[in-house]
Amino acid sequence: MTKFIVILLSAVFINNYVLSRFLGICPFLGVSKKLDSATGMSLAVIFVMLMATAATWPIQKFLLDPNGLGYLQTIVFILVIAALVQLVEIVLKRYIPSLHKSLGVYLPLITTNCAVLGVTILNIDAGYSFAEAMVNSLGSGLGFFLAMVMFSGVRSTIEGSDIPESFKGLPVTLTAAAITSLSFLGFSGVIENLFPM
Amino acid sequence: MNKTISNFLKGIIKENPVLVLVLGTCPTLATSTSVINALGMGAAATVVLLCSNVVISALRKVIPDKVRIPCYIVLIAGFVTMVQMLVKAYAPDLDKSLGIYLPLIVVNCIILGRAEMFANKNNVFDSAIDALGMGVGFTLALFCMATIREVFGNGTFAGIEIPVLIDNHISILTMAPGGFFVFGLLIAAVNKFGKYKPKKKDFGCEGCPNSEGCSKTSCEKDGKEAAVND
Repeated sequence: MTKFIVILLSAVFINNYVLSRFLGICPFLGVSKKLDSATGMSLAVIFVMLMATAATWPIQKFLLDPNGLGYLQTIVFILVIAALVQLVEIVLKRYIPSLHKSLGVYLPLITTNCAVLGVTILNIDAGYSFAEAMVNSLGSGLGFFLAMVMFSGVRSTIEGSDIPESFKGLPVTLTAAAITSLSFLGFSGVIENLFPM
Repeated sequence: MNKTISNFLKGIIKENPVLVLVLGTCPTLATSTSVINALGMGAAATVVLLCSNVVISALRKVIPDKVRIPCYIVLIAGFVTMVQMLVKAYAPDLDKSLGIYLPLIVVNCIILGRAEMFANKNNVFDSAIDALGMGVGFTLALFCMATIREVFGNGTFAGIEIPVLIDNHISILTMAPGGFFVFGLLIAAVNKFGKYKPKKKDFGCEGCPNSEGCSKTSCEKDGKEAAVND
């Protein structure tokens, strides 16, 4: 049990996908302007990350590895994720229209989000079991959510302030992201002290 | 001839993929911690970009328009796998330090963006030149960032120690916050000293293969414009 908690907490706080691993920077910078779009995007990412891990982990372990096809990982994973996102969209549209309404816009954009491909590959690289991989994906998704929501708050403050001409737009956003990411540095070492292994 | 030169140069300066078009931010931030990593990443991405642009442009009349994006992704993933295997075989150290970011070249915006914006409209030679220009532009931008981060953050340049700075380095620059900060400063510098006006939109949508479908939805209206790849 402790192991799962450690994986979850380190994925959320210490190895935060956006702020310390730099995965999924595009949606982080692009969709974080408003709280509701940031929430919608992050929920869609959590959802797709879990689905993608559930699909790619068995493929790697039961299909690619036993047949010596490990080198096809990149191609197979990106195709599985792309197909999965399409499938999820169709299923949601047909059966849960309300959820499709809130997540639908973001789904096609996630296909090539590097956080999703990243989490599936990292799960394999880290040698996690299926349950551990799912927990890690959930943690990564939650970490993405946390970063997005925090940052959308930061950005709404920037919006109204007086910024030097050349810093307008992306530069000030990135500087703010630097400070947000600095706050996450404070978490390093917390897990080791909480759960001495 | 002039067209060829301007095709090549536009990727380096006027349409620099990282600093002007703001594509491929993830690898830029993640691999610019040291000069060697940055050059390795730049070279790997350039090779993939060159191969994919050439093949896609050669096949531009064969690939049906409706399924072009999946086709491009498969082609790019194929080339990325090749580069991954080559790096693993001949530069295992680089493979270790680039780690996850090597397979993630597949979802690098620059490559899919160039395929969609340039290679499927132009002939093989022009596409190759465009790919080289963009690749060099990407590598140069990475190199600039990595130089700043490694020299001031670690006191070394490509592993060589620099006398005064080695004792007075600002290690935060090599960590995550430093990446965001240096990138922000570089873009601000480009805005200030470049003759190109700062963009109204704060995030590039033009290079994104999804931009067409994206602007049809509510993208333009409420800042979802860049909810795209990378």
